[in-house]
Amino acid sequence: MAAPLVRHAMRRCLAHNCAVTVRRGLRSGATPSVFTRLLLKLDHYFYDVESFLYLKEWWKTKVVKFQNKYFGYVQKRYGAQIGAAYYILAIKGSFRFAGQSQWFRPDSTGMFSFMRSPHGQIEEVDLSGTLINLNGLGNLISQNKLKTLSLRGCPEVDDWFLARLHVFRDSLVELDLSDCTHVTVGGLAALQNLRKLKRLDISGLPRLQCPGLVRILLEEMLPHCQVIGVESEQGMIQPERQEPTDIDDASTQSGLRRS
Amino acid sequence: MWRRLFATAPAFRAQKAPCRSFKSSRRSDKDVFEEVEDQFRAFRKKAVKAMPGSDWSPFELTPGLPPERADVVIIGGGVVGWSIAYWIKRKERTRGALRVVVVEKDPTYSQASTVLSCGGIRQQFSLKENILLSLESADFLRNINKHLWVTNEDPVDLQFNHSGYLFLASEKSAHVMEENYSTQRYAGAKVVLLSPSQLKERFPWMNTEGVALASLGLENEGWFDPWSLLNAFRRKALSMGVYQCFGEVTGFRYSTQIAEVAEGDFVDFRRIKCVNVRMPNSLEYQPVECPVVVNAAGANSGKIAAMLGIGLGPEESVSGIPFPVEPRKRFVYVVHCPDGPGLDTPFLIDYSGVYLRREGLGGNYIAGMSPEETEEPDISNLDVDHEFFQEKVWHHLAHRIPAFEKLKVSSAWAGFYDYNTFDQNGILGLHPLVANMYFATGFSGHGLQQSPAVGRAIAELILDRGYKTIDLSAFGIKRIIKKKPILERNIV
Ligand SMILES: Cc1cc2nc3c(=O)[nH]c(=O)nc-3n(C[C@H](O)[C@H](O)[C@H](O)COP(=O)(O)OP(=O)(O)OC[C@H]3O[C@@H](n4cnc5c(N)ncnc54)[C@H](O)[C@@H]3O)c2cc1C
Repeated sequence: MAAPLVRHAMRRCLAHNCAVTVRRGLRSGATPSVFTRLLLKLDHYFYDVESFLYLKEWWKTKVVKFQNKYFGYVQKRYGAQIGAAYYILAIKGSFRFAGQSQWFRPDSTGMFSFMRSPHGQIEEVDLSGTLINLNGLGNLISQNKLKTLSLRGCPEVDDWFLARLHVFRDSLVELDLSDCTHVTVGGLAALQNLRKLKRLDISGLPRLQCPGLVRILLEEMLPHCQVIGVESEQGMIQPERQEPTDIDDASTQSGLRRS
Repeated sequence: MWRRLFATAPAFRAQKAPCRSFKSSRRSDKDVFEEVEDQFRAFRKKAVKAMPGSDWSPFELTPGLPPERADVVIIGGGVVGWSIAYWIKRKERTRGALRVVVVEKDPTYSQASTVLSCGGIRQQFSLKENILLSLESADFLRNINKHLWVTNEDPVDLQFNHSGYLFLASEKSAHVMEENYSTQRYAGAKVVLLSPSQLKERFPWMNTEGVALASLGLENEGWFDPWSLLNAFRRKALSMGVYQCFGEVTGFRYSTQIAEVAEGDFVDFRRIKCVNVRMPNSLEYQPVECPVVVNAAGANSGKIAAMLGIGLGPEESVSGIPFPVEPRKRFVYVVHCPDGPGLDTPFLIDYSGVYLRREGLGGNYIAGMSPEETEEPDISNLDVDHEFFQEKVWHHLAHRIPAFEKLKVSSAWAGFYDYNTFDQNGILGLHPLVANMYFATGFSGHGLQQSPAVGRAIAELILDRGYKTIDLSAFGIKRIIKKKPILERNIV
C-alpha cells in the first residue's frame, strides 16, 4: 500500500464508511412486496406460515440446484469438453471454442445444438444473468484454456464462487463480475490467484463499501490487470466533510521506529 | 364523488373527535353485578393457573432460572456449545422432542475465547481428522444461510475473507511441509507449494530469506467474524427451542459405583444426576436433572472435569490422570502500518511462530505468536504484555516484511486458548469414568473453525451413538488414558 494515492483514498473512505449503509440481503435488498410483508407479519403468529416461507425458499434452492447439477454422465460418455458445453447451453449461457469465431447459444425456446470442436477447447464463456453457482462451476473446471468469463448479473455468484476461480489461474484473462449482488471485497481478495488476469469489471457491486479504494487495492494486487467499472473517486466524499481519523495521525506522526 | 367524500373525511373526523371526550368513562357505566362478575372471572383464571400441572406458583421466582429437568445440558455457551445445541435440535425427529439447555456464566462473553480469537480457518493441518473437520466446517460456512438463517431475520453475514493461509517453512521443516501437503491434497484440500522465487514473485513485499518452501491455501481458507458465527448459531438454536440460561455450573450431583479394574485397583465410576447451576449475583442454586451433559466450557473444561473427581484419584490409577485442558493466555496485537502489504495479504504463518493477517482495508493488521512453553504468561487475568511484542514478535515480523520496521501498535487483547497439554488436539466423546458427560474441548487454537463440524459430531454421538459423517474416534479420551498422543504439527 505504498502509493500515497491509496492512503489518501483510504482516509476519505474511512470517513465515508459511517455514512454508507451496507445493503445486505439474500436477495438484492429491495423492499419486499406487500404480499411478502403480509406473509412475514403472519409468520410472527403461525408456524404453518413459516413452513410456507421455507417452502418458497426450498423451491428456489431446488431450481438452482437442478440447473447446476453435475453432468457427470455426459462428461464420462462424451468428454469434459462436451459436458461443459452442454452445461453452459442448458443454463442459457453461450460460449465460443478456441480457434473459432462462432458463438453457440440456445434459441429463444431454449433449444440448442452445437458441433464438437476437433481440437479446440472452450475459450470464451458468457454466463450473464444465469443461475450458475459453485456446483455448476464444477462442470467447467476442466476447461483450462478458458480466457474470458462473463458473470454479469449472476445472482448466485458469491465470494466462495470467486475463491474457486483459481482453477482457471493459468488461463483466465478477462473476468466480468458486474452487478453480482453477493460479491464483497472478501471474495475479490481471492482473485489474487489469477495471475494472468488483464481485465476485470467490478461495476455495480452493491456490497462494495468503497469501490474506489477497492479498485486501487485490486490494481495493486494484480499489477498487470486493468480494473474497470469504478472510478477511483467513487464512494468517497469530498475532503471538506472529512473528519480527522486515526489513520491521519499515523501518517503524520510517522509511527514508531524499531531500534 | 368518492374523491369528494375522501376530501371531506378528515374534516368530518375532526368535528367528531371533541364530542368523544365528553363521554363518561366506561367503568361507571357498568352496574354492580357486572363488576362482581368480572371479579369472579379474574378469580377463576387465577385458580386455573394454580391447578397442578401449571407453572404458576405463589412465590416470586428468579427470572431466567433453568428448567428443573432437561434432556441435554450443555455447559458453556461459546461457539462449540451453541453449535452442539443447534445440531442436536436439527437432528431431533419431532419438533420439541428434546429439551436442550445451554448454561453460560457470562452473558457479555468478556472472556470467552470465541470472541477473542482471530477467526481463521485453514485446511493446512498434518492430521487427516483436522483437515476433514475444517473442510466440513468450510462447507457449513459456505451454506451458512441454509443452516442458520431464521425466517424474518437478516441473513447471516460472516464477512468471510478468502485470502488463504500462507505457511512458510525453513530448510529444517521443509520436508514436514511436503508430507503435510500430500496429506492435505489427499484429503481434498486445495493447497499449492511455492518455491522461494515463486513466493517472491507472488508477494513482492515479503523478504524470503531463510524460507525453503511455502504452502498457500487456494480455497476455503481465510478468516471471518467469530462474533457473527456465535450469534448466528445462538439465534438459530433459540429459534428452534433451545433454552438459554445465564448461570455458572458449580458442581454436580452424581452416583458412584466402585469397581475393581485390576488387582487391588479400585476405580469410581460416576453418573451425573443433576447439574448445579448458580444464578448470577446470588447464592441460589438450581439443580437441573438431566441424563446427558456436554462439557463445552472451553478453557475452563478442565475445572469442570475436576468437579467430577477426574484426575483427583491416586496417581498410577485411571482416575489419577488429570483432564489435560488448561487455559493458556495468548496475546493479539493490532498494528497499523500504512505502507504494509495490501489486499493480497494472506493469513501468514512464519516458521518462527509469528502470524499476521490483514484487518479491514485501512492498513491495519493483527499479529501475534505463541510463547515458549517455559515462558507461559500468568493466567489469572487477561492483561496484555506489551513487552512481548517488542521483544519477541516485532523483529520476526519486520524481518519477514520489511515494511513493518515502521509501525504503530494501536491496540491489543488477550484470550485463553483451551489448550490441550497432552497433544494439542480436540478431545471429543465420553470419559470412561463418567457415564454421561460428553467432552468437546481442548482445541488449542483451532476450535472456532472446527465448531460447526464438531457440533455435528457430538450430536451424532449423543443421538446416533456413533460418528456418522466423519470418524473422529481418534480424538477420543482413550488416547489420554493409554498415553498415546496424536500429534498435530501445524499448531499456531
Ligand atoms: C487469541 C486467540 C486466537 C485464536 N484464533 C483462532 C483462529 O484463528 N481460528 C480458530 O479456529 N480458533 C482460534 N482460537 C481458538 C478458538 O477461539 C477456541 O478454540 C474456540 O473459541 C473454543 O470455543 P468454546 O466454545 O469451546 O470456548 P469459549 O468460547 O471459551 O466458550 C466457553 C464458554 O463457557 C463458559 N463457561 C466456562 N465455565 C463455565 C461454567 N462453570 N459454567 C457455565 N459456563 C461456563 C465461558 O463463560 C465461555 O463463554 C483462538 C483463540 C485465542 C485465544
